Amino acid sequence: MAEEECELSDEQKKEIAKWFLYNAPSGEIQYIAKDLRSVLNDDKLYDEATSEAFPLYNKSHLICLELPCRSGDVLITPYNELEENQFIEPRTAQIVTIDHVKQACTEARPAADEELASPYVEEFRCALDAEILKYVEEAYPKGVCSVYFVDGKDAEGPGCNFEFAVVIAAARNSPKNFCNGSWRSVWNIKFKEDALEIKGKLQVDAHYFEEGNVQLDAEQECQDGTIFQAPDDCAISIANIIRHHEAEYLKSLETSYSNLSDKTFKDLRRKLPVTRTLFPWHNTLQFSLTRDIQKELGIGK
Amino acid sequence: MEAALGLMRRIPPKHSVTALSALVSLLPDHSSDLLSQVDQPLQVLCDSESGKEFILCEYNRDADSYRSPWSNKYHPPLGDALLPSDELRKLEVEANEVFAIYRDQYYEGGISSVYLWEDNNEGFVACFLIKKDGARTAHGRRGYLQEGLWEAIHVIEVGPEDETTRYCLTSTVMLSLTTDKESSGTFNLSGSIRRQMRMDLPLADGHLCNMGKMIEEMEGKLRNSLDQVYFGKTKEMVCTLRPPSEVVMRLPTS
Repeated sequence: MAEEECELSDEQKKEIAKWFLYNAPSGEIQYIAKDLRSVLNDDKLYDEATSEAFPLYNKSHLICLELPCRSGDVLITPYNELEENQFIEPRTAQIVTIDHVKQACTEARPAADEELASPYVEEFRCALDAEILKYVEEAYPKGVCSVYFVDGKDAEGPGCNFEFAVVIAAARNSPKNFCNGSWRSVWNIKFKEDALEIKGKLQVDAHYFEEGNVQLDAEQECQDGTIFQAPDDCAISIANIIRHHEAEYLKSLETSYSNLSDKTFKDLRRKLPVTRTLFPWHNTLQFSLTRDIQKELGIGK
Repeated sequence: MEAALGLMRRIPPKHSVTALSALVSLLPDHSSDLLSQVDQPLQVLCDSESGKEFILCEYNRDADSYRSPWSNKYHPPLGDALLPSDELRKLEVEANEVFAIYRDQYYEGGISSVYLWEDNNEGFVACFLIKKDGARTAHGRRGYLQEGLWEAIHVIEVGPEDETTRYCLTSTVMLSLTTDKESSGTFNLSGSIRRQMRMDLPLADGHLCNMGKMIEEMEGKLRNSLDQVYFGKTKEMVCTLRPPSEVVMRLPTS
């Protein structure tokens, strides 16, 4: 940001606006957009910035939108994007058009056969989807999930490789309680001839802002693998691996939190001095007594 | 302007420097308001005479120079600059010495500075600052933090001396910690909180004692608040999003 220049170009202002939008905490982009509109004071620039920033934010935060006719939900991710405003929902085999800035579905149509995976691949995808759905319903009070084909969707039979992305997202937005948070996990599963390679990325963030502004930002990557089996067995195997890693991650987050007060935070500021008493301020009446305090507290300076 | 402050409240604390400079460039007419109302990470300079470091803030600045509390000189040197009165300077020197010991007791390291100056109401204003870098590579003695920064700014307006004197304290703590655990990826908690406190106290124990006790009480409250409320609430959010497995197993399967 060039502070020396008196006037920013429209292009620079737009980039700044997009930066604010993209860095909004989970569930808060609409509030940021509203404040930004005031600050920019230029609706044309605002519209340009939002139309460019919202799609990136939506896909990065894995937002969940309701399908028309309440037939379910669709996740907005980089893995199921067909065109900028079109996303595929494999469970109900629909293609959905959305308005990124309004964060809503505008229309939905059934997917054509060529847009879906081959029957061979779909058997694996469907079995995995069912297992993941079971897991998410059990582990997340408000979780949403889906399994998308990322590569090799037209594979015809054994020997052809393909790749899925398992996406799990849970968000909790309580602006009235000044608290918002989200959990995002993305698992890339590569199906190779005799083995499955699994890579996961887990992200958690939380924002509490009553009379302050404190944010948690945590992420973890992990890897695992398993053997190539029949679709149902693969699905169970993968779901178990995901369940195991996510539970372990949650445990390690809890450990980090429990260490916080006793150990970690102490490296910044102790609750009390080593003497376990409050600081003896009343001994500061005379400058020379400063040296007495030093003696009393046993520090050599 | 309110919208600008709203943005600052929502943007992740780790981006606050970028966010503020972005807002200042978008709203150049409001830049002095923004700079005075939004807290920024504290910068430090080294006093060439004493070799000690001191913290920079609006309260020890004149033009582009900053006054060291140790030597009472501006860096870079500035002719005809604002200086506290001799009497206030004596109190300031003592305040810096004592506050440095307080700082060492609670923070086991770090840098502190105290600045005093006369105000228009026959009283004075004092600013107590602390900057602690608790990262493993800096002053962190226990080695848990990969990055850890605690910055406290306490501004006290001291009223005219009377039977009791009024002290108005505004405290801001800015915090950032990133734990260092290879196995769990990155874990970063950052934030800032601000509180105010007002007390009417007799002068029997002196200004320094009154102000010191207020600051100690306030810092204790803020630390507890950060720990229990803020960290507690974010932890609660995480466990609400995905309850720990023991909880899940107890839920009836429907």
